[in-house]
Amino acid sequence: MKPQTKTVAVLRYRPEQDKEPFWQDYEVPFAEDTSVLAALNYIKDELDGTLSFRWSCRQAICGSCGLMIGGKPRLACKTFLRDFEGKVTVEALAHFPIERDLVVVMDDFIAKLERVKPWLMPREERAPEDGEYRQTPQEMSLYEQFAGCINCGLCYAACPQVGLNPNFLGPGAIALLHRYNLDSRDGGSEERMKLISAELGVFNCTAVGYCSAVCPKIVDPANAVNVNKMNSARDYFFRFLPRPAPKGGCQ
Amino acid sequence: MSARRPYIRPMARWYLRDPFFIEYMAHEGTAVFVWLFALELLAGLVCLALGEAAWNGFLAWLDWLPAQIANGLVLLMLLYHGITWFLILPRTIPPVRIGHARLPGWVLSAAGMMAMIAASAVLATGAWLLARGGL
Amino acid sequence: MNDPLKRSHEPIFWLLFGAGGMLAAMLGAMLVFLLAFGVPSGLLPAEALSYTTMRDFAGNVFGKGFLFAVVALFFWHAVHRIFHSLHDIGIHAGLPARVLVYGTAAIGTLIAAAALLAIGF
Repeated sequence: MKPQTKTVAVLRYRPEQDKEPFWQDYEVPFAEDTSVLAALNYIKDELDGTLSFRWSCRQAICGSCGLMIGGKPRLACKTFLRDFEGKVTVEALAHFPIERDLVVVMDDFIAKLERVKPWLMPREERAPEDGEYRQTPQEMSLYEQFAGCINCGLCYAACPQVGLNPNFLGPGAIALLHRYNLDSRDGGSEERMKLISAELGVFNCTAVGYCSAVCPKIVDPANAVNVNKMNSARDYFFRFLPRPAPKGGCQ
Repeated sequence: MSARRPYIRPMARWYLRDPFFIEYMAHEGTAVFVWLFALELLAGLVCLALGEAAWNGFLAWLDWLPAQIANGLVLLMLLYHGITWFLILPRTIPPVRIGHARLPGWVLSAAGMMAMIAASAVLATGAWLLARGGL
Repeated sequence: MNDPLKRSHEPIFWLLFGAGGMLAAMLGAMLVFLLAFGVPSGLLPAEALSYTTMRDFAGNVFGKGFLFAVVALFFWHAVHRIFHSLHDIGIHAGLPARVLVYGTAAIGTLIAAAALLAIGF
């Protein structure tokens, strides 16, 4: 019996010869367990060695195979050919510049991640002999969800405001920022607040909510962004009042 | 010289790209009807300030069939605004926790819609009592 | 081009948007219904919208506050969303459009205040 095949349409772009991207169809044999990533690897190995795409872990943890599949931002490794009627379209992540074929330019995204200072800025400096920075499970549960981000970029491809204004910090970077602000060991909230409240900050968001809908790790970046609108508004109106002493977890 | 030539795709008509975006534009569009209703209320307030004849003119407007149809549309749009406002609420308000567990989004949405029904009932009862001359 | 690190003044408009949106979500539909269809549907007696009833309501300090909040906040909610929707559909209008759109809310707020003051206490 001949194996079932499915048409996979890939948006190709080869900067040295193409003026703009074009669609190319490939016939790919598939079974119940054929992921889109497996299909792309089949194309590269058996049909067309010139196809470029990023991938690594095959288990939704490395965050490198984010693509527009069937028009929606998804990880190629956890999206399966069986779930599509007819042709499957595969395109580079929306709102990112296309470097080549399915590979996007991540530089601006990485710069935004760095910009939010995603590291612990200790609330109190301690020497090694003072012991560890301790944290209770309750304190950890406040930020745990936002620490699950794998930087796959799906939320940026889901966010029209990122597409309309490339300056916008975007959902992923703000979720990462929020993760550190919520950490009881961290004392950097005030410094990060400048970024939240700036023209490139949270008020570019119009609460579309699609970023959270497509997130493969249930991080809920939309919530991180919108909670910080209230934090920013509080800072806007009360910034001239004397600050209360920081206590407990830093909201 | 670098051979890099990154291609930036256009954003034209992005809102038709995904059903999720079409729904977003639809609920953002309710703002036009909220604006129109605010204008109608403002006209009513001005008429009320101008005296009885002007107010009766406003009442005649409310009875006019085209105005009734328009208000019917405004009613539907404000209902849609209310429902979508509470559907997105779990994304926009700080997480509500009971102990360690974060309440699921649908609980917050449902609570919001219950509050909407309760507040509307209170408002209708208030209007009814007011018309009866006592509150 | 604006400095992307400059503090945004959006909190003012965003808070008005949020307050108006919440009020409109809670009461908007019922307000339209009561005003346009309350009497015809038989839910409210005919005198509900009579001049004396409404004048008494708008004369009361709480009634005044309620009417002002509804009209002003509905306007501010609406213009904020409309302005952002212009951006969404590709009209990246600057300050003039902002003044034009938000201006309707500002003028509406002033007229509502004037009318309510003219009605007296």
